[in-house]
Amino acid sequence: MFMWIIKRDLLLAVRRQADVLTTLFFFIIVVSLFPLSVGPEMNMLRTMAPGVVWVAALLASMLSLGRMFSNDYLDGTLEQMLLSPQSLSLLVLGKASAHWLVTGVPLVLMAPVLGIQYDLSGEALLVLTAALLLGTPVLSLIGAIGAALTLGLRGGGVLVSLLVLPLYIPVLIFGAGAVEANMSGMEFDAHLSLIGAFLLVSGVFAPWAAASALRVSLE
Amino acid sequence: MAINWFKYSSPASFYSLAGKMIPIFVFAAVALLGAGLYVGFFVAPTDFQQGEAYRIIFIHVPAAWMSMFLYVVMAFWAGIGLAFNTRLSSMFATAIAPTGAMFTFIALWTGALWGKPMWGTWWVWDARLTSELILFFLYIGFMSLQAAIDDPRRADKAGAIIALVGVVNVPIIYFSVQWWNTLHQGASVSVNQAPAMASTMLTGMLIMVFASWMYSIAVILKRTRVIILERESHTAWVAELHKNGAIR
Repeated sequence: MFMWIIKRDLLLAVRRQADVLTTLFFFIIVVSLFPLSVGPEMNMLRTMAPGVVWVAALLASMLSLGRMFSNDYLDGTLEQMLLSPQSLSLLVLGKASAHWLVTGVPLVLMAPVLGIQYDLSGEALLVLTAALLLGTPVLSLIGAIGAALTLGLRGGGVLVSLLVLPLYIPVLIFGAGAVEANMSGMEFDAHLSLIGAFLLVSGVFAPWAAASALRVSLE
Repeated sequence: MAINWFKYSSPASFYSLAGKMIPIFVFAAVALLGAGLYVGFFVAPTDFQQGEAYRIIFIHVPAAWMSMFLYVVMAFWAGIGLAFNTRLSSMFATAIAPTGAMFTFIALWTGALWGKPMWGTWWVWDARLTSELILFFLYIGFMSLQAAIDDPRRADKAGAIIALVGVVNVPIIYFSVQWWNTLHQGASVSVNQAPAMASTMLTGMLIMVFASWMYSIAVILKRTRVIILERESHTAWVAELHKNGAIR
């Protein structure tokens, strides 16, 4: 069931590549806007880089949340999935994993390139990528709760940002913190461990919360 | 004689009970507020370090405490409403949210007013202030989610889920001081050790905390009553009240 959902969502994403690419280009554009707005001074850009990349990743991941359930909701597939005897939490976990593979992984792969634009050192790039790799699944998992709660609501897109962004903040703090710690020559393991902890906790609880949210939204 | 614990979980009987309780809590709130402000402004000594400006804690600390307590209470009632499908618990949670958001706003605002003379700046990006700001966002998120959903039962349940998810944030606020340990001074009152403040200051502050409790209870009961009327407007007992001229 889990693998089936992932395979199906990936297939859908491949058939509709424009959706994936828009999220990725949104990420690239937001990151590229910052040097234009604050000036091309390299030292300043280097200190800003982790924060900018992380905020852009947060926004990109959040903007694509609407697609996690809404298409299935509109054509009735979601209702059928709810009726199936399979565990709904597992289904949500599959959905969130597919969302991560479609939106999170491209961001992680693109981040080092954008980091070079900001003149990050090789090691900092590595930490940035590692932190994003650990952190973006958390964004998809927490986002699933918001996406499930706002399913079919008026102005769901803006509402989901209000619900989800505050919950993203811990990931943002430690994700950007890991890179900053590395750049100032400190240990960054603790930051990565904390993001790993967020990943484990959200991996356990978020699918469950999102599943009950789906039941509420579809009853 | 067995006590029927569930008597007041019916909106109709809770409505009249709340109506009787509100004056008591209003009176207690006004009396305690008067006493607390008197102690705070006239009895408590001037702080040797912070001068007169410290007196803002008589508002700031109760507001900050209430903002956190109320979130937990709101999540608790919302959770009860979700688990046992009791309408009144969910209405109660909905009624708590605006009061909690107001206290969060007061805590942030008075904190800024306090920060200016103490730290020389209105705002610092310190863990505690930031978490309080996040708490404010959580209240706003809860309220706007409920406002966006037309069906009250779905609004109750969706709000309950987001409140329970957000409640994870409250311990982070509380422990953030120990975790990040930045500019914000440590907690002023601690259960483990003797308080570092003069006893009259503490008394004043605690009275203000109780005043805030009484105020919150009174306002929340009143708001619950309004929500009950709104949602039960189709029922016979509301029509009865209307006919008797109890409500217009």
